[in-house]
Amino acid sequence: MKAHLTRRYIFSASHRLHSDELTEAQNLAVYGKCNSPYGHGHNYALAVTVSGQVDAKTGMICNLAELDETVRRQVLDRFDHVNLNLCSEFQDAVPTTENLSAVIFQILQQNFSAAHLEKVRLEETAMNSFEYSGS
Amino acid sequence: MVYLTRKCEFSASHYYHNPEFTEEENRRVFGKCANLNGHGHNYTLEVTVKGEVDPTTGFVVDLKNLKDILNREVVDALDHRHLNKEVPEFANQVPTTENLTIAIWKRLESHLRPARLHRVRVYELPDLFVDFYGET
Repeated sequence: MKAHLTRRYIFSASHRLHSDELTEAQNLAVYGKCNSPYGHGHNYALAVTVSGQVDAKTGMICNLAELDETVRRQVLDRFDHVNLNLCSEFQDAVPTTENLSAVIFQILQQNFSAAHLEKVRLEETAMNSFEYSGS
Repeated sequence: MVYLTRKCEFSASHYYHNPEFTEEENRRVFGKCANLNGHGHNYTLEVTVKGEVDPTTGFVVDLKNLKDILNREVVDALDHRHLNKEVPEFANQVPTTENLTIAIWKRLESHLRPARLHRVRVYELPDLFVDFYGET
């Protein structure tokens, strides 16, 4: 039997949405308040969905402790309480939540092999959320 | 095709233990959940059914019937129970949220006609849930 498991994590980070390819006026028009020069922050809620066959002996798709440890080490330690614009992943990309979702998906895909990574969902605020499933 | 989701809650206790494992293996695989004195959760169940909207009633499914089915097949059987000791599905399998979700699907599947079961989602905690779509 194939099931999907979703685990939710919280991290907080700051960012400024600004593209070097746009003029100051264009940046302001596109990003609005998010272009404010000193940045701002969010409490991000990350939901990671994995899938796989339920193991007959353990009753589990994968060991949750292993997923938690991978997310903590690879995602939370990297992005919690940092300025996303200074992270290596955003030297050539604007740290929108769209891009952050894709970055987190790619990081987890490379570092977690105990189950199939289905989807990453990132809530930037209670009103905004983004999903990335790898394509 | 319209999808309708109904939510309900139940509280139950369980522990994770496979008699084929050594005690050391049980502790390593299941961690704190292997404590044989058990522990409990407030589970939230979301059942999503799908079907065509009946032109006479405007319903995909009669909500009162669905509520009665959920109460009879799931809540009455699981609420304030010890899953390992009182629920037959877990006499021989570990009552993980994965297995619980599949067991609830099997309990409900044949009772929902003409609507069809689309998804069973069980939250063990607000930050942990399992979805089952009936896939083998």
